[in-house]
Amino acid sequence: MPDFELSEDYQNLSDTVREFADQVVAPVSAKHDEEHSFPYGVVSQMADMGLFGLPFPEEFGGMGGDYFALALALEQLGRVDQSVAITLEAGVSLGAMPVYRFGNEEQKREWLPLLASGKALGGFGLTEPEAGSDAGGTKTRARLETVDGEKMWIIDGNKEFITNSGTDITKLVTVTAVTGTSERPDGSVKKEISTILVPTNTPGFTAEKAYNKVGWNASDTHPLTLKDVRVPEANLLGQQGRGFANFLSILDEGRIAIAALAVGAAQGCVDESLKYAHERFAFGQAIGKYQAISFKIARMQARAHTARLAYYDAAARMLAGKPFKTQAAIAKMVGGEAAMDNARDATQIFGGYGFINEFTVSRHYRDSKILEVGEGTTEVQLMVIARDLGL
Amino acid sequence: MKIIVLVKEVPDTYGDRKLNLETGLADREASEAVIDEISERSLELALSFADANAGTEVAVLTLASEGATATIRKALAMGAGSAIHVSDEALRGADLGLTAETLAAAIRRVGFDLVITGNVSTDGSGGMIPAMLAELLDVPHATGLSSVTISDGAVSGSRPVESGVQQVSANLPAVLSITEALPGARFPNFKGIMAAKKRPLEVLSLSDLGITADNPEAARSIMLTVAEKPPRAAGVKIIDEGDAGDRLADFLVENRLA
Repeated sequence: MPDFELSEDYQNLSDTVREFADQVVAPVSAKHDEEHSFPYGVVSQMADMGLFGLPFPEEFGGMGGDYFALALALEQLGRVDQSVAITLEAGVSLGAMPVYRFGNEEQKREWLPLLASGKALGGFGLTEPEAGSDAGGTKTRARLETVDGEKMWIIDGNKEFITNSGTDITKLVTVTAVTGTSERPDGSVKKEISTILVPTNTPGFTAEKAYNKVGWNASDTHPLTLKDVRVPEANLLGQQGRGFANFLSILDEGRIAIAALAVGAAQGCVDESLKYAHERFAFGQAIGKYQAISFKIARMQARAHTARLAYYDAAARMLAGKPFKTQAAIAKMVGGEAAMDNARDATQIFGGYGFINEFTVSRHYRDSKILEVGEGTTEVQLMVIARDLGL
Repeated sequence: MKIIVLVKEVPDTYGDRKLNLETGLADREASEAVIDEISERSLELALSFADANAGTEVAVLTLASEGATATIRKALAMGAGSAIHVSDEALRGADLGLTAETLAAAIRRVGFDLVITGNVSTDGSGGMIPAMLAELLDVPHATGLSSVTISDGAVSGSRPVESGVQQVSANLPAVLSITEALPGARFPNFKGIMAAKKRPLEVLSLSDLGITADNPEAARSIMLTVAEKPPRAAGVKIIDEGDAGDRLADFLVENRLA
């Protein structure tokens, strides 16, 4: 039988990050949320702890851990502050991971130590105004031209909702762009999509004004404009024309990470509600004594628990080199739903206080909605699961 | 340079702290055991010196029951290179004298240039160990420092006292103790957590150190009675009838709080 007990290393890591989340992150969460400010101090301490290097080998400045270690860290951070968790998630699995998975030796040497140290952040420029779940609708174009005797990619286009793309420490955005077309046997045109490394100090690259979001207020999200952006031919990441396949595999992994973050959020709602159920008295006793409350919290705990098992399973398959696409989709879907459902129940338990922004549960209520949308909407996960069933 | 940091496992301050009324000892079951925060600060001081000075060896030393391994592993995960764990049934309820004697023997056994400890532990709150150690090791001590500079052959720092701040220094080898004014500890990283299991951890008993707990020639403190902390009495309530200021001042003077 499979065993879901964490090994000592994983447990120690999880406990350490939990302590960090409670002692360092939680006390400033409400402030950054209210001010919509990026938590540079917190991120810098996460960098010192090596969290941005968790799944990378030591030769590239990593911690020599694995993707499950990252997921455990994300769960503990997501419990108290989803903005901080998504900053780590995007920094590692979208910023650095594509370079690690698809970069050549030189690209890895140039970027990984910097990104794994957490002293610099990378972003992944995939989503566009007209390309979300249908990422194949990419309009950004890159053409290879000789400029002053050197072959350069010239990139033009717009990106939307790009995490970590405009902080003071953002150094790199990997963008997807159409680099050519081919004809399918039926005569229709197929876009050839590639991924290209764009250092953010390249002229023509602009992170536009940050969005005014419903939640994840302390996470850095911008639209990007690329206008006549020129980078060397060697900045092509992975094979030309493999960009679509590559980013799909990055998204599959990313779903496990987002699922873990969502489980953290769902658990955070349980923890907060449990504390409140003991403290708050109504009609002469603690509200936890009433089944209306205790059953709600019991159900919340059941959601968090099952969603956790789902991401553990997907991560175990991934690490064992087995197919995990469907399991990652399931984990992402039930995780996002557990977070949203638990946030709704938790705010109900908190009554009027649940409608006050500075309370953790109300922040989870605003933050959790995106967990049903980002990294593949619930509908996209259902498509993946249904396809696996042969439908 | 070889630095030995004393690390103590104590009941969590945030938990329920109780005395066992039969033995008079702290009830270790009553709350979770954690590394004393002042020990973490001591270790941080040693580790940040080691970060900046290659070739520095940092070892942690703890005198605790067998179950303290998790606490020691945490210190190793933070970055200590090795650990010594003195554990012996005969040390249960050891007084300050026996504790200092045992720690000094362990320190002498492994050798040292500098011993760093907290000024006072959260549970026993004796505050005597640093000076007793220095006496037993026959080295100078610089205790209760709120800032510390460690250099090649000496330590110096500030010691706040009631009437001002003393600047003190001592040549190495020495014992120093720090206050809570020093920076808090780093969080271990994953590499440290994995490495901690491979770092040397030596477990020593009293006989390894040649110490007899019930040595009739040594002065040992004997506990005669133990009583539960009296319940908190109700406070004094001052209702302002125009003279609240005066009455408050009188209260403070009466209770020597002014």
